[in-house]
Amino acid sequence: MSEFLQHLINMLVLGGTYALLGIGLTLIFGIMNVVNFTHGVLYTFGAYIMFIVVQQLGLNFFLALPVAVLAGWLLGAVIELTLLRPLRGSDIDTTMLVMIGAWIAMQSGTLWIWGGVAKSVATPFPEAPLVLGPVSVSWLRLFVLAAAALLILVTYLLINKTSLGRAMRATFQDHDTASLMGVNVDMIYTSTFAIGSSLAAAAGALLGPVYVIFPQMGDLAAVKAFAIVILGGLGNITGAVIGGFILALAEELGAGYVSSGYRDAMGFLIIIAVLIFRPTGLFARAERVG
Amino acid sequence: MTRALGLVPTIALATALFGGAAGAQTIKIGVNEPLTGAFAASGTYVVNGAKIAADEINAKGGILGKKIELVIEDNKSNPTEAAAVAEKLITSDKVPVLMGAWGSSLTLAVMPKLMEYETPMVVETSSSGKITTTGNPFIFRISPPSAVEAAAFKGIVDKLALKKVDFLVINNDWGRGTAEDFSKMMKDKGITIGLVETMDQGAQDMSAQLSKIKSSDSETVIVTTAVDQLTLIFKQAAALGLKKRIITTGGSQNPDQIIAQAGAAANGTMHLTTFLPWFPDKTPNPEATNYFITEWKKRGFDFAGCTESFRGYDGIRAAAAAIEKAGKAEPAAIKAALWDVKVKGLNGDIVFRKSGPEGKESGQSQPNVYLIEIADGKIEMKTL
Repeated sequence: MSEFLQHLINMLVLGGTYALLGIGLTLIFGIMNVVNFTHGVLYTFGAYIMFIVVQQLGLNFFLALPVAVLAGWLLGAVIELTLLRPLRGSDIDTTMLVMIGAWIAMQSGTLWIWGGVAKSVATPFPEAPLVLGPVSVSWLRLFVLAAAALLILVTYLLINKTSLGRAMRATFQDHDTASLMGVNVDMIYTSTFAIGSSLAAAAGALLGPVYVIFPQMGDLAAVKAFAIVILGGLGNITGAVIGGFILALAEELGAGYVSSGYRDAMGFLIIIAVLIFRPTGLFARAERVG
Repeated sequence: MTRALGLVPTIALATALFGGAAGAQTIKIGVNEPLTGAFAASGTYVVNGAKIAADEINAKGGILGKKIELVIEDNKSNPTEAAAVAEKLITSDKVPVLMGAWGSSLTLAVMPKLMEYETPMVVETSSSGKITTTGNPFIFRISPPSAVEAAAFKGIVDKLALKKVDFLVINNDWGRGTAEDFSKMMKDKGITIGLVETMDQGAQDMSAQLSKIKSSDSETVIVTTAVDQLTLIFKQAAALGLKKRIITTGGSQNPDQIIAQAGAAANGTMHLTTFLPWFPDKTPNPEATNYFITEWKKRGFDFAGCTESFRGYDGIRAAAAAIEKAGKAEPAAIKAALWDVKVKGLNGDIVFRKSGPEGKESGQSQPNVYLIEIADGKIEMKTL
């Protein structure tokens, strides 16, 4: 029983971070329809910003977090302006190839600058975990869970309750009509990509100190983010959050009670099932086709 | 404009020709290591160690009157790439001998290419037993296979009073091979084997596996993986309040990096390692060890990398000694000469003994294995 409770706690902590990874990508992949292969690198980028600010500049951990989010926002804006804007209107394959190129170039860039040796970031949290009866969890992971919940809430409100969010949804639903209604479509494209990117960087900045930081850390994260987005339904923030927790639950219980060798396969088995039985994702609203 | 552009390939061709002519003045050794991907850090250390050996040999006048030239290729921590890179080194760069390929799965992928092109390879790091037991006569290994590690560990299991042991290993030939060899040795000693858990090469969160191990009734966990995952495991085990004794194997732990990154979580962990850069005087060849460590520091590399890089240094010296003995830089002659090599390695004499099925034996050297413990952020040696 105590093992089961520990798995549930692990699921909660892991699910929060998966949800954060998912919502950033669902904005870009789900709403903008850009197959964003740079999501993982932006995650890595956020983690390295933490490393620079905390370890190299010696500044405060909590100050470093907004710096990483801002840096992710800027890098996202630059990618949109230089790579995606000239490609707007071209087919999905071309965009995908360019994004794959950007991913490889940026990942090699991090390897070139920081080398392959993993880095770690010191945190102000105590090393001794919080022990609650038979289960224990580290303070840092609890903080990450709380921060992720806050970021998810802010994103949800931004998309669903603000005029910027309304303009975003309008733009990607019907680009021409939105433009006729006076929406600055170019600005919307850039800011959506930048917000999605800043969320990826935020996830990296929060998880980098939990794990270790190295150039390939974003690869697995990106694969999982895609899985979560497909699971939850493209462009659906609530779906991405629930998808994140489902993936974490599948991994925890799969590794705990089936076989740890297939841990990373569990999530994908669920996705195959979802694609067979509910191809639009678990939480996609019914849509009119054509 | 078109004509001007036409010049470019001509210049390139000329450069290539001159380059090729210059290349004939050197003896090439192919180096097949992971410089990107999950094992980038370790592979880079090994290559830097290899460069120290090449520079040392060249400073003393090279071999057979020629300088050594390392042709270094990145296998991207990927078995498919490792095989492709080996083929490129042999067919296009015409190297007569290789060193590689760090990981067991990487080395196993390269092995059929060695058979195909009849070119020998010095294996510097891999520890899966399969490498020297499947009958590939082009393999000459200087690192200990996991069975040798297990045998060395045998002496201390009584002292540690092991009763029941769980395993947490990387899900590849290296990890699964270690779990197999250590289980066999421990069963013979009457130790119960509990859980055997695995983790993927790039996995970052091992909490699920560790939670399972936490609930088992074993008192010791044997962990096999490279340094980055070890760091994560120690941190996550501490966060879960896992209080079992942890012993790591495989020799790719870089204990200094673990201490720096896992902090207090690393205290009390034990590690089976194949080099003692912290105690040069206790190594089999103190003079060479001191030279290597001084040179490593002089080049500004991280001391933590010594436990990996010495293999690249030893591997290149073994290959160079074989070329010298062969008297010519040809694959068949080098392969024959490797059997007669006797090099004073940083971790014991490098002498290849026959291993595997008769008639097509691989070469296996018998390096030393040590047990160290991290206590209060410092490394202490345990006697085996």
